[in-house]
Amino acid sequence: MAEQRSPVDGAPLVTLYDEELPPDNSYAFSPEELEEDEMILNMGPQHPSTHGVLRVELKTDGEIVKDARPHIGYLHRNFEKHAENIDYQGVIPFTDRMDYVGSMGNSLAYALTVEKLLGIGVGERVAGIRVITAELQRIASHLLAMGTYGMDIGAFTPFLLCFQQRERILDLFEWLCGARLLYNYNWVGGVSHDLPEGWTDKCRRFLDEFVPVLDEVDKLLSHNKIFIRRTADIGIITPEMAKDYALSGPNLRGSGIDWDLRRDDPYLGYENYDFDIVVATSPHGPVGSCWDRYFVRVREMYESVRIVRQALDRLPAEGDVHENVPRFVRPLAGEAYCRSEAPRGELAFYIVAENKKPIPYRVKGRSPCFVAMGLFHEITRGEMIADIIAIIGSLDIVLGEIDR
Amino acid sequence: MSAASIIERLAAHLGLEEGSFESDAEAKDPWIRIAGDRLVAAAEFLKADPELDFDTLHCVSGVDWPGDDPPAIEVVYHLTSLSRKHWMVLKTRVPREGGSLPTLETVWKAANWHERETYDLFGVRFEGHSDLRRILLPADWPGHPLLRDWEWPETWHKIPVKPGRQMTERAEGGQMTGVGPFD
Repeated sequence: MAEQRSPVDGAPLVTLYDEELPPDNSYAFSPEELEEDEMILNMGPQHPSTHGVLRVELKTDGEIVKDARPHIGYLHRNFEKHAENIDYQGVIPFTDRMDYVGSMGNSLAYALTVEKLLGIGVGERVAGIRVITAELQRIASHLLAMGTYGMDIGAFTPFLLCFQQRERILDLFEWLCGARLLYNYNWVGGVSHDLPEGWTDKCRRFLDEFVPVLDEVDKLLSHNKIFIRRTADIGIITPEMAKDYALSGPNLRGSGIDWDLRRDDPYLGYENYDFDIVVATSPHGPVGSCWDRYFVRVREMYESVRIVRQALDRLPAEGDVHENVPRFVRPLAGEAYCRSEAPRGELAFYIVAENKKPIPYRVKGRSPCFVAMGLFHEITRGEMIADIIAIIGSLDIVLGEIDR
Repeated sequence: MSAASIIERLAAHLGLEEGSFESDAEAKDPWIRIAGDRLVAAAEFLKADPELDFDTLHCVSGVDWPGDDPPAIEVVYHLTSLSRKHWMVLKTRVPREGGSLPTLETVWKAANWHERETYDLFGVRFEGHSDLRRILLPADWPGHPLLRDWEWPETWHKIPVKPGRQMTERAEGGQMTGVGPFD
């Protein structure tokens, strides 16, 4: 034990250890390189608008951001290492904790990957339930994105309206599986609980009452002049940039690229549903702005409502949700990579299996937020400090998924 | 374009003869394995060729194979073509000790953070990378955790970091971890 001493006389509770401190490489910019009037500024790791524990290092000249570097890893738990010691089904709760406001999408992506590895499918009822929960989760996640985005910019009312509606979805999920945030609902080959009696009616009632509220919030926020002035001309991601950085989901469609896995590489029978892919039309500025990404999310909620309605209508009345759940998951040697359209973009898992082992050899999660954060420095260069907040919010990141 | 013709086209461009490289067009995710020194040439061709047009690098993953001969880390690139709607997996191997790969950042910018992550968790060096620093772990973290023979430290700056054995022991003993329907 190093010798303890008090750094300040009369402050006995403060102790320093004579220990070598770690090398400080937590800064990407060095003070020596700064030009006159430039300054290095830390935004975060605790900052209300970072949607988690994110530190952004800014090189500023007055109010203008010359350069920005995000520093991540504050929530790193390395579930990939843990997964090397847990059986296949046991990894599902870990995946729930990646994107903790879109858990249904995470466990769905993982379950689909293991099913691909095993070469099994699911019954029609399970597929329908999975579509319903995934789309409800998309609505809940986009409501959170929309509400907090308004609040970041300074509009408080939409936040309350959005959270009221999100709460109702969480109530539905709670009734379904007992949990409000981390569901452990999608299992390999099935789902944990069948829909309780009366659930579909309550879900229908929610959809009917949700759409008018969404109309109202949309009117309040999306076409508000101040909101447009704040968001429609900043954080431009051109289509080329979006492809180069492999963006996905609403961020990609916000750049005007018509691509959605639900249509282009369908799973769970999405090809049988009638819905539109929302692509940014940019009425207020250049394509790929913060407003475009935000508005794609708003319109996607209407499409999700359409999908849930159709799925509820054609859900088979009978069917055991545990029918295809394997007693043991012991795949043959091989590997599988399966992507799915999670609320924040294309979430994929890469699993390598050893022959007939109950434990995966390697699990890798491809996080859409991690990828989106990789381009952050490109779109913040030359913007104002206040706009950094708007840009972070428009990418709709969740740090649990970036850090994994 | 079918997986077999993608592999054929790439092999023809690189001048690889039949049987001199490994590939599987029938796998769940069709893949081709090429040597590290041909990686940039392959990537540039896959992106530039109008028939293939792999415009996005979807993911980069590392897989450690210490038991293989020679011991190697496999780096796996998952590629997507948004315009052609096809998929491909590019694999390459680096020696576990002191191996390095050329960076693909010059071809797809998305490679930047993925390669930093692979460096952080596996210790694979990417030559020519613009900013090869650790990304998820602290700068002075001991070793690269996703290597199979990596040992947990007991503490890191006096913070206990080693997880309890319970989960591992149960899994090694063949027990289910309590999330299935049969518990």
